[in-house]
Amino acid sequence: MPIEIDIAHVARLARLALTSEELDRYRSQLAVILDHAARVQAVDTTGLAPTAHPLGLTNVFRPDEIRPTLDRDEVLGQAPSTRDGYFEVPPALEGA
Amino acid sequence: MSLADLTIAEAGAQLRSGGATSVDLLDAVIERASFTEAQLHCYLTIDHVGARSAAESADRELTAGTDRGPLHGIPLALKDNFCTRGLTTTCSSQILAGYVPPYDATVVSRLRGGGAVIVGKTNLDEFAMGSSTENSAFGPTRNPWDPERVPGGSSGGSAAAVAVGSALGAFGSDTGGSIRQPASLCGVVGFKPTYGLVSRYGLVAFASSLDQIGPLARTVGDALTLFEAVAGHDPLDSTSYPGAVPEMRADFETGPKGIRIGVVSELSGEGYEPEVAIAMTRTLNQLADDGAEIVEVSLPTFELALSCYYLIAPAEASANLARFDGVRYGLRIDGETVEEMMARTRAEGFGPEVTRRILLGTYSLSAGYYDAFYGQANRLRTKLIQELAEVHQRVEVLVSPTSPTVAFELGAKTQDPLAMYLSDVCTIPADLAGTPAISVPVGNNHQGLPIGLQVMAPALGEAVMFRVARAVEERAGFVARPPMAGPP
Repeated sequence: MPIEIDIAHVARLARLALTSEELDRYRSQLAVILDHAARVQAVDTTGLAPTAHPLGLTNVFRPDEIRPTLDRDEVLGQAPSTRDGYFEVPPALEGA
Repeated sequence: MSLADLTIAEAGAQLRSGGATSVDLLDAVIERASFTEAQLHCYLTIDHVGARSAAESADRELTAGTDRGPLHGIPLALKDNFCTRGLTTTCSSQILAGYVPPYDATVVSRLRGGGAVIVGKTNLDEFAMGSSTENSAFGPTRNPWDPERVPGGSSGGSAAAVAVGSALGAFGSDTGGSIRQPASLCGVVGFKPTYGLVSRYGLVAFASSLDQIGPLARTVGDALTLFEAVAGHDPLDSTSYPGAVPEMRADFETGPKGIRIGVVSELSGEGYEPEVAIAMTRTLNQLADDGAEIVEVSLPTFELALSCYYLIAPAEASANLARFDGVRYGLRIDGETVEEMMARTRAEGFGPEVTRRILLGTYSLSAGYYDAFYGQANRLRTKLIQELAEVHQRVEVLVSPTSPTVAFELGAKTQDPLAMYLSDVCTIPADLAGTPAISVPVGNNHQGLPIGLQVMAPALGEAVMFRVARAVEERAGFVARPPMAGPP
């Protein structure tokens, strides 16, 4: 089964503004890699649970206590743009 | 012989006998770097001021009788995906160029607490994605045994620095082989611990269910010392193992007598260089002479490990790397809307391999494909773990080459992503299973290029793994001295 890849859709989901030449190149590279990786589908895995943690650790809790956090000014000092103690970004909606 | 050529154990003895100070050790590795960096490019940042201050402090403490243990005063290098407070951390990516973390990774705090001197931050494939350190936005690292060849990757800067003596030891991260494969190609020891034994807090995440921090060193004993200094539960990493770190010293020097060693038949044959296979066989024969029992074992799911890995790791990476969006740190390319700003920033900031893996992971997690790819790969991971458990009923450790080949030439695989991925075929199974594995140099090929042997053990089986690795080291008698380290 040839693998179908809507690369423009995938790039949009991944928030990557790629050129059409780049999209073409990545689509053909992904096809080769996925064709190799699709070998996993030939194996019967009925009854096997997927591994999430190799040692099987689950449900790790900690006490709900107030702890020191990083210094706000130091953290904001790494941001490309801030205003009044917040991260600043362009509008989330066009025309907003 | 320069102090830069000492093992950590030897340097520690010098510090305590008054033969050398920590500042002397630091000066020696910095001097070595001054000869080798122009050609090798192991480091992205050398912290001249911070390292000197730490070394002076270590010397003052020792003089005053305060001894913080085996890493006190020892100059070490860290892969540039460990957050270091006040010291630039880039992951070799334009998207993080100039980023200065406001906190230390747990590993970094533990090393500082143990008196270690952090010389600087080493080069890697961008976000640890690669097997040659050619995917660095700041230029490749080269192999100290032959600068026309790659050091392996992604911890290539750490491996080359340890090989050449611009650090006495180093740390890297291993997701698919990124500690062991460069260690093999550079002729040093590289160890990936059981998943969860070393905290990942402050390690910039690549694939969270696989990533594990570990040491690179000139000897197996030094690797053990470095590991002990950072291992153990950390409440800041919820995947961290809450039990005790295995006791590894008691049997360390007892040799391989009576140990059953399984040679993985799937990790041999086509694609494996004859000299790599010969070096492994020679070493195994020596271990057999010393009383080890060598048997061949088969793990059929190993054949599919690479495919599983290239579904799981990019999927997790695509989620982890969503945080690089031009909002909180790093690069921003402006846009009319927040989405346009993010998409432009990411397209500009990520290099081709990272972009490829984000796309691959996004695809395999997207609606309609999730179960067939990511879900199936994680069920096969369970099958692999079950197969290993069955085989370990019969053998204590498994062995294979660390890499099917010696170091390859720069550019040889950059145009063929799949060929590059195949260089991790031997190392990936231990990442998928979360088990400990170590690469130990066992010889050189006819061109003088190092060959590594991998020893794998069950989860939390570090004690027997180190015992066998020590026996391999002793029998192989390999002394890491690449030509670039200069005259003895």
